[in-house]
Amino acid sequence: MKKNSFTEIIKAEMLLFIREPSAFFFTLIFPLLMMLLFSSIWGNDPFPGEFFGYLDFSVGGYMGMVMATGFFMSLTVTMATYREKGILKRFRATPVSPFAILVGQLVSVFAVTVAGVILLLIAGYLLFNLQFFGNIFEFILAFLLSSASIAALGFIPASLAPTARSGVVLANTMYFPMLFLSGATLPRSMLPQFLQDVSQVFPLTHAISLMQKVWLGEHIWDSPVHIAVLSGFILAGLFVSVKFFKWE
Amino acid sequence: MGETVVTVQDLAKHYKDVKAVDGISFTVKRGEIFGIVGPNGAGKTTTIECIAGMRSPDNGLVNVLGLHPTNDSALLKQRIGLQQQESEIPDRLKLKEAMLLFSSFYEDVLDYKELLTQLNLWEKKDAYFSTLSGGQKKRFFVAMALIGNPDVLFLDELTSGLDPQARRSIWKLVKSLREQGRTIVLSTHYMDEAEKLCDRVAVIDRGKIAALDSPANLILSHGGHTRVLFDVEEDFDHQFLSGIPGVESVQRENDSCSLEVSIRSAIVEIVKGLDSADNGLDSFRIEAPDLEDVFLNITGREVRD
Repeated sequence: MKKNSFTEIIKAEMLLFIREPSAFFFTLIFPLLMMLLFSSIWGNDPFPGEFFGYLDFSVGGYMGMVMATGFFMSLTVTMATYREKGILKRFRATPVSPFAILVGQLVSVFAVTVAGVILLLIAGYLLFNLQFFGNIFEFILAFLLSSASIAALGFIPASLAPTARSGVVLANTMYFPMLFLSGATLPRSMLPQFLQDVSQVFPLTHAISLMQKVWLGEHIWDSPVHIAVLSGFILAGLFVSVKFFKWE
Repeated sequence: MGETVVTVQDLAKHYKDVKAVDGISFTVKRGEIFGIVGPNGAGKTTTIECIAGMRSPDNGLVNVLGLHPTNDSALLKQRIGLQQQESEIPDRLKLKEAMLLFSSFYEDVLDYKELLTQLNLWEKKDAYFSTLSGGQKKRFFVAMALIGNPDVLFLDELTSGLDPQARRSIWKLVKSLREQGRTIVLSTHYMDEAEKLCDRVAVIDRGKIAALDSPANLILSHGGHTRVLFDVEEDFDHQFLSGIPGVESVQRENDSCSLEVSIRSAIVEIVKGLDSADNGLDSFRIEAPDLEDVFLNITGREVRD
């Protein structure tokens, strides 16, 4: 191939993301606004008897929110639209491997997620003196594992939804309960015990919990359950996507 | 001309209980515009999809440019251009961006500036795909199918939904592509399109080829007789018309006459007769059979029923 088609695909996908105002807002701006809102209510002074404050504890939740928005809302709607309008079909009629399109999607959404997280970190640091207490490599590992798990789960509705409209419905049904129960918006400790138990079924709960713990200085290997659940969702998501993915 | 670039032999494909394509065979030669015509649901799209490597047939052999459509898919797709129905690009991609993206997929590419200029789309290069008109979209689809400098171009129902003027501009475009030495396989349910554009036409009905020949030959052998129509005054005696050689039938209803003729020279004799009777020439008209009649005569049904 003359130029690298993979980088061209990613370039195009990034352009398209920037030109889609709602995806742009909900992935990059909305979590930031939520973080700013709640941080200005609670501040980030250390809790009594603790070394960390509200935002130090919650920033993992907001990161999870960025991830879930990117890999659920953006990915599902984009893939469903691509399927509905025959865009996947159009790519499949070219020599480029159709999987390059799928990987290009995932990479683009991941890049946007990273951008959203960096925005959170900069704002948190500048406005609320956000501090990091963990090991940076372990945190990156936790972040990657979480992203992969959410991406794998997000790919299930993305594989199945035949139209953009059904994609939105499918993604929303999974996204909103997850968002409110997993600790992305409200700390889970504020939920009744019953809902805390229910929330264990969401990978986002484990992703946020793992990122929060590692952020505050725990070692990643001290959370084997989170790691196992997240890995399990990666496998399950891959299995369902490979088995049920539709090009048109 | 001469070299065979597409060979299809006993192609069959079914979906669940429906036999979409049921034993189709034909060949396409280099530089030909080959038409696959028939009503919606006749199996045109499935045929094209099987030839272009988008679907695996249940049965039959397909060879395109010496390649196997699915086994050599990546190689084949470097050398063909395929535009399918309901197959678009993202709304908010600009034409130029889409051209650059698609250029990166092919080893041998045409210059997208020249291509867009040729297709009368250069001033739209910075427009979003979604802002194009129907005709512009179709022309852009042709540009996308051409960017990889294909030897064979497959166009599935490219002109459906277009107004007559836009369709004619696409016809001109397709003809100019053939001048460049490309082979074109197109499907259409517009019989006039097939008649004007194609060197040879396969008439497909219910998954089978009902007839295959040049449009002129198809009309000659299956189109039926040419009709001659004119209006006459009430006292006109039409008996002599039946005696003209080549006139197969004469029908008179009040003042309107309708004749079927099997040879062209009969028309001259009819005109002479009407001239000397000083009757009927003002409303004189000839209706030559077209591919619609061919389809009707072969299958016993209208194209769109």
